[in-house]
Amino acid sequence: MKVLVPVKRVLDYNVKPRVKADGTGVDLANVKMSMNPFDEIAVEEAIRLKEGKNGGGVTEIVVVSIGEQKAQETIRTALAMGADRGILVTSDEKVEPLGVAKILAKIVEEEQPSLVILGKQAIDDDNNQTGQMLAGLLGWGQGTFASKVELAADSVTVTREVDGGLETDRFTLPAIVTTDLRLNEPRYASLPNIMKAKSKPLATKTAADYGVDVTPRIKTLKVVEPAKRSAGVKVADVDELVMKLQAMGIAK
Amino acid sequence: MKTLVWVEHDGTAVKDATLAAVTAASKLGEVHLLVAGQGVDGVAQAAAKIAGVGKVHVADDAAYAHQIAENVAPLVAQLMGDHDAFVAAATTTAKNLCPRVAALLDVMQISDILSVEGEDTFTRPIYAGNAIATVQTSDAKKVITVRGTAFEKAAAEGGSATIEAVSSTGDKGIATFVDAEIAQNARPELTSAKIIVSGGRALQNGENFHALIEPLADKLGAGVGASRAAVDAGFVPNDYQVGQTGKIVAPEVYIAVGISGAIQHLAGMKDSKTIIAINKDEDAPIFQVADIGLVGDLFKVVPELTEKL
Repeated sequence: MKVLVPVKRVLDYNVKPRVKADGTGVDLANVKMSMNPFDEIAVEEAIRLKEGKNGGGVTEIVVVSIGEQKAQETIRTALAMGADRGILVTSDEKVEPLGVAKILAKIVEEEQPSLVILGKQAIDDDNNQTGQMLAGLLGWGQGTFASKVELAADSVTVTREVDGGLETDRFTLPAIVTTDLRLNEPRYASLPNIMKAKSKPLATKTAADYGVDVTPRIKTLKVVEPAKRSAGVKVADVDELVMKLQAMGIAK
Repeated sequence: MKTLVWVEHDGTAVKDATLAAVTAASKLGEVHLLVAGQGVDGVAQAAAKIAGVGKVHVADDAAYAHQIAENVAPLVAQLMGDHDAFVAAATTTAKNLCPRVAALLDVMQISDILSVEGEDTFTRPIYAGNAIATVQTSDAKKVITVRGTAFEKAAAEGGSATIEAVSSTGDKGIATFVDAEIAQNARPELTSAKIIVSGGRALQNGENFHALIEPLADKLGAGVGASRAAVDAGFVPNDYQVGQTGKIVAPEVYIAVGISGAIQHLAGMKDSKTIIAINKDEDAPIFQVADIGLVGDLFKVVPELTEKL
């Protein structure tokens, strides 16, 4: 069984995003970029399935990234973690989730995976759309926000993090899974594996190769910093804090 | 413009988040509602009373019993033949459903809007709220999710909408509900709590977390959250995590106990109306965003606070 894992290169989650002075976006020049944390969890889950955990039956993991040429570093990271081969789809223009889902749908047609595992959202645009859109385009089931995945021969059972608790649903294969934080803790790639990843196959394509129109539907008019909070007052002791809470009406 | 608003419900009552979505939709035009589920007569009746609603479409069928997105999305897509925008509060149900609807309609969804600036222009947070983007869509039909905390809630009473049954688009047979474990927790959910008490690594271990944070939260009727450091150290499960990669919250009052205030954490709570910080280190970054700060040893301060409240 083949698993496809799309990954995105984003601003590292430890770096504070800075809005560009001209208000056109967030400054990504000379800052650390990493694999989207939710995608790391997706790669890890695919590797665990291949290792026979949580059901198993997975024989090959194909990693895809859509973006600038440098996104191949993100693919190499996934290969170093344990994925088998990569596909880089380059685009100079930013591709929206709908465009990404359309390209992925074409790759799914070619690769015929039984499962596509994606991060539930990317921490740059915070859209939380691609997995569901891909499922919609393909007419597949979508096990979103997964905290547990159990793979069987013809179905996948996914425990999903929903508001207030957990919901378990079963999806006929082929299916989509999107990862939430609790699913697993991604491994670090070892140095020997990083070296080995350099010789794993990586194909490079363009959006045009797949005949997909990725013209953006949404125009960003401006990007600003949110209203800044300023430091307030310090209270001397608990009594003073209780008085403040009483004044706010949250304590009696 | 004619909008269709998703009614979030638990089978018996309309959830509050729906009311914020109604307010957002009313800024675009006429508001219709969609109630999908099984045995949802009561929900439809309640939805019809929401102020400002013109019509409630009700799809009552076993296929919609658990709001399975694979079954509900085709229903919404069909109803969108007669509506211009599909609007839903950004609950997990809607986050699951809306992009699938958008794909069926060939529309690029606008997620988690904070404001309506015009009929095609909205603001939304990116980078976990570290930046706010103003975006304009060129799609004729719109699919929008709404950040519940950013809009006033429409009045739940006072309306008298007509109720219209919609026929089912059937069960697609690719997704089956197995079971749900919805926390029967007396504590409010983080994403809708009015007050949140969060604990950090300074609590040292899980026992201290339970012994100090939970009694304080219960005294205030608050939800309980944690920093990533506390979650990574195993004090509490991951679903407690507030932050860029955890839950984004905006309660009336957020009390951060023993949390230093890493960027990661601030990104998840800095839209709270009032932030209260308790920390031993007076230079902790959390004090730079806190409205009220108390420098002190949490092991002394928190029990005292719980007692005095």
